[in-house]
Amino acid sequence: MIELRSLTKVYPGGVKALDALDLEVRDGEFFALLGPSGCGKTTLLRTIAGLETATSGQVVIGGRDVTNVQPGGRDVAMVFQDYALFPHMDVTDNISYPLRIKKVPRAVRADKAREVGERLGLERLMDRRPGQLSGGQQQRVALARVMATQAQAFLFDEPLSNLDARLRLEARTFLKKLQRELGVTTVFVTHDQAEALAMADRMAVMDAGHIRQIGTPAEVFQRPANTFVAAFIGSTPMNLLDGVVRGDTLEVAGSSVPVPASAAGRLTDGEKIVYGVRPEYLTYSAEPVPGALRGEVVLTESLGASHLVTLEAAGETVQVIVAEGSEPELGDLGHAVPRADRSLVYRDGELV
Amino acid sequence: MTRFVLRRIGYYTFVAVVLAFFALPLLWLLTAPFTDTPTYRVEWPDFTFANFATIWEHPYALGSLLNSVILAGGTAVIVVALSALAAYALSRVRIPGRDALLYTLLLLSSIITGTAAMVPLFQLAVTAGLIDSQLGLVLIMTGGLLPAAIFMLKDFMDTTPKSYEESARVFGASPLRIVWDVVVPVVRPGLATIAVWSVANVWGNFLMPYLLLSDVEKQPAAVIMYTLYTEGGSPNLRLLSTFGLLYSVPVVLMYLFVSKKYGFRFHGGIKR
Repeated sequence: MIELRSLTKVYPGGVKALDALDLEVRDGEFFALLGPSGCGKTTLLRTIAGLETATSGQVVIGGRDVTNVQPGGRDVAMVFQDYALFPHMDVTDNISYPLRIKKVPRAVRADKAREVGERLGLERLMDRRPGQLSGGQQQRVALARVMATQAQAFLFDEPLSNLDARLRLEARTFLKKLQRELGVTTVFVTHDQAEALAMADRMAVMDAGHIRQIGTPAEVFQRPANTFVAAFIGSTPMNLLDGVVRGDTLEVAGSSVPVPASAAGRLTDGEKIVYGVRPEYLTYSAEPVPGALRGEVVLTESLGASHLVTLEAAGETVQVIVAEGSEPELGDLGHAVPRADRSLVYRDGELV
Repeated sequence: MTRFVLRRIGYYTFVAVVLAFFALPLLWLLTAPFTDTPTYRVEWPDFTFANFATIWEHPYALGSLLNSVILAGGTAVIVVALSALAAYALSRVRIPGRDALLYTLLLLSSIITGTAAMVPLFQLAVTAGLIDSQLGLVLIMTGGLLPAAIFMLKDFMDTTPKSYEESARVFGASPLRIVWDVVVPVVRPGLATIAVWSVANVWGNFLMPYLLLSDVEKQPAAVIMYTLYTEGGSPNLRLLSTFGLLYSVPVVLMYLFVSKKYGFRFHGGIKR
């Protein structure tokens, strides 16, 4: 288990990379740190590893306060974004290097390297140097090296960013499966929301040194705690529309939609809000439907099995996912019906 | 078409003349030692080894080559070891005014081994009891070469990714261990460059050993060469050319060896 208590990191020069962060990563969990570049997620990972020292606050790993412990004494292992395999060592030596530091006898090291290498399908590459391996193979060597340490927790810095698109999907599945089998607490950093949603058991969405939301991928996707998370998560951005409360309904983009159940009773008449609903949670209808957002079809984009249809409604843009075969024509008047339990209301950027 | 051909002919003639100009002294060095009575002209050699026999019997010639090896090797070892540690530290640790320090060192180093520092260096050596000592000479040459070596190596270290070391650090390796296991192998071509450069520098240096070593048994080849004159005071071309050839061969061999062994770089392990 990894616990961070009001962790703060200020770089020389005054840049506050982490601002009083509290975070708890549970045992055996696959945990994602997600955020745009410069949000502090890599700094956070490096602070857990001990490569950066915290300005204040505590890092507790497995119940032990390691805030002032050197990286080597924290019982964590890290996979770097560039893998950092030693170019002058072959795969066996790379995998067994952590054991060499711990003065494990050579024969034991070689056995362990072979065992871990076989597990990751590297048995025929054990004599090669990193320069003779493909990107995917290099990644597996880096993983094998981390596994050989038998550390309490693994830290992955952007583990997939150096793979090409096709390999990335494969590696995603592979990593998730491997983590589940090993059951080792693992924290990984990514800027790709799809990656975080797909792999993580739980995730933290970060922005400017703060954690904006912690939750399971489903929670974060379905109920973003604020408009930042709402806009950041999802392969198609969430519709965030300015609106005004009018009794039991919301006046949004020139249409009138019902107040979502989750916000019922917590809104005051006439108050300004932001109405949020994902394109996936809107149903397109060519016929008028009460409580729908109404607009003119100005764009359709193919997503493969579905289409992203853009409606223009009273100066605002509403996007809807429409199944293939039923996409509207440009210029049609369309109606987008929000799913009641998936539409959200934000007040001052926070979920109501 | 003719103009093109003429231009080509002109160009190659020019290149040939320039090449000949630079090749002549080398040709002389190759032929003169095998000639009975060499002159300043390049002549077809007589393929005699008499000159080598004379050098063999010369009381100091071969010993001086050994001295050169000791001095150059000793200096190179110390320069490489110290500059590697210093360059690594300077490359990885943030010190205010680091670049200014480096440039000052570099500037000073060009003065220290030069003629300007001759007298103070001599006095320093006398005071420190390092006069007429090969160790003293090695230390002084090391001092002269270190700043430039650190400067060059730091550049090398700067270009090696930090994640190698960070990775080793997370596995629990100590800083010295990291230098030995990771940094040294990765920058080995740089270390080889510094070693070759140091050896070449010491090998060819005449002034410092001439100044600091008075015992002819301790003097290196560069100084002994200066004594190869006839009683009349004119250069003994037989000995000079032969000794000159022997003097250059080790350096050429070293270049060939190092470029064969270290003339490559490790690639990979860091995905860019």
